[in-house]
Amino acid sequence: MRDWLTRFAQLSMLRDVNSFMQMIPPAPIWTVSKITRYIRQSLEMDHRLQDIWVEGEVSNLGQPASGHLYFTLKDVDAALRCVMWRSQVSRVEVLPRDGDRIEVHGHISVYDAGGAYQFYADQLRPAGEGEALKEFLRVKTLLEAEGLFDPARKRDLPDFPLRIGVVASLTSAGLRDVLHVLERRFPLATVVVAGTAVQGERAPDQIVTAIESICAAGDVDVLLIVRGGGSAEDLRAFSMEAVVRAVAEAAVPTVTGIGHETDIILADYAADVRAPTPSAAAEVAAPDQRELHQRIIENRLMIQAWFENLLRTRRYLLDRCQARLLAASPAARIANARQGVDARMRQMSMAMTHRVTIRRGESATLLRTLEAIGPNAVLSRGYAIVQDRIEGTLVHSIRDVQPGSRLHIRVSDGVFQADVVETREGSSEEG
Amino acid sequence: MVKRKKISSMNYEEAFQEMEEIVGQLEDGELPLNESLDLYERGQELGMHCTSLLEKAELKLRQLVPDADGSLVDVEFQPEEE
Repeated sequence: MRDWLTRFAQLSMLRDVNSFMQMIPPAPIWTVSKITRYIRQSLEMDHRLQDIWVEGEVSNLGQPASGHLYFTLKDVDAALRCVMWRSQVSRVEVLPRDGDRIEVHGHISVYDAGGAYQFYADQLRPAGEGEALKEFLRVKTLLEAEGLFDPARKRDLPDFPLRIGVVASLTSAGLRDVLHVLERRFPLATVVVAGTAVQGERAPDQIVTAIESICAAGDVDVLLIVRGGGSAEDLRAFSMEAVVRAVAEAAVPTVTGIGHETDIILADYAADVRAPTPSAAAEVAAPDQRELHQRIIENRLMIQAWFENLLRTRRYLLDRCQARLLAASPAARIANARQGVDARMRQMSMAMTHRVTIRRGESATLLRTLEAIGPNAVLSRGYAIVQDRIEGTLVHSIRDVQPGSRLHIRVSDGVFQADVVETREGSSEEG
Repeated sequence: MVKRKKISSMNYEEAFQEMEEIVGQLEDGELPLNESLDLYERGQELGMHCTSLLEKAELKLRQLVPDADGSLVDVEFQPEEE
């Protein structure tokens, strides 16, 4: 009862209970409008008919010029007429077709003039999406909390993956694209493919098995998990908990290339690298051989330049060192020393000459003195040197001779021979 | 004081370093004459050895350059790194 009143108050269609009560005629004869209006208000006041989702199969879908969408939702036992106004319709990405199972959100009301109750839809989505969305969020929240999407977990891809694993549908364009890209970029690599269904009920199990078996037995350096574009329903397998876990726990680095750029897929969060498409995944995983060739050439040039520079530097330093060596050579020292020695020797000879000169001077003087007192001077004064002619001894006494001794006599200007006649004692001349 | 290692067995770094040391000693000028003559002679020999090693390296480099056809060729490094 309280609910009813609250709802009534919220609706503010009537100002007070009295007015409402006056609408019920005392006699049980209604007008069509009134009864219709009553039915409408009753329905609109029932909160269980507002802000709800209804699921059914589409039929009689029509969209006239007004842009509003009219259709009937039915199941086995009943049908519900629906209308969606143009402004809401514009927000729907893909319009449903007859036969599609969909879920619509909105409220029940009554179309007075047509005498029918209708469902006024403001949102619409494929059936099961509600459940699917719930499951998606559940898995996302759970695995995120476990840290499986943590950026720190992401591994680097190997630079040169010689063995590349691919999980894909064997008949898909996605796989074909991947193989083309790998062939073009890095034909050196061996590609190992594990085929799997990529949509439908069996897909999740097969995908998990494919990932696990490639990691266990494929001996690959990197794993690509790819699938071409499709509807949200088609891609659902790659957001299943088991698949996402398998990607997160893969033993080798993983690259996902699933659907289109804008699709949100949980496996992408779990992978080490996410690529928007299968081809992009292959490009991320494999290096481009043309780039590698280029790098090799550049590296060799760099090595060569570096080496040339090294040799240049060494040469320069060596030249400088040799110049210094030359400058420091003992030659200078020897030349200096020799100059010193020469100088000393000149000094010595000068000194000697000087002394000789002095000595010569001295001896000349001495000689003159000697001459003055020498026997020649005496002889020139008339004295003679008398010698025994045979013995050669000097005669200074009469006892040195006797009459008949032969004498050798030297006077100032010459010599003569004489014989002794007689001898007489006495030192001075007497008589 | 002076390492009397056989010069022909020395690598570039060793020879060059010893040569620099010798030059330093000679520039200081404190040595007796006969020792400085010995050192000078050794210094010249070391310089010639260094020059010969550099020339060999340059020759090797010239030999490797024509191989620029993109194929992978091992570049032999002399055991000298700075």
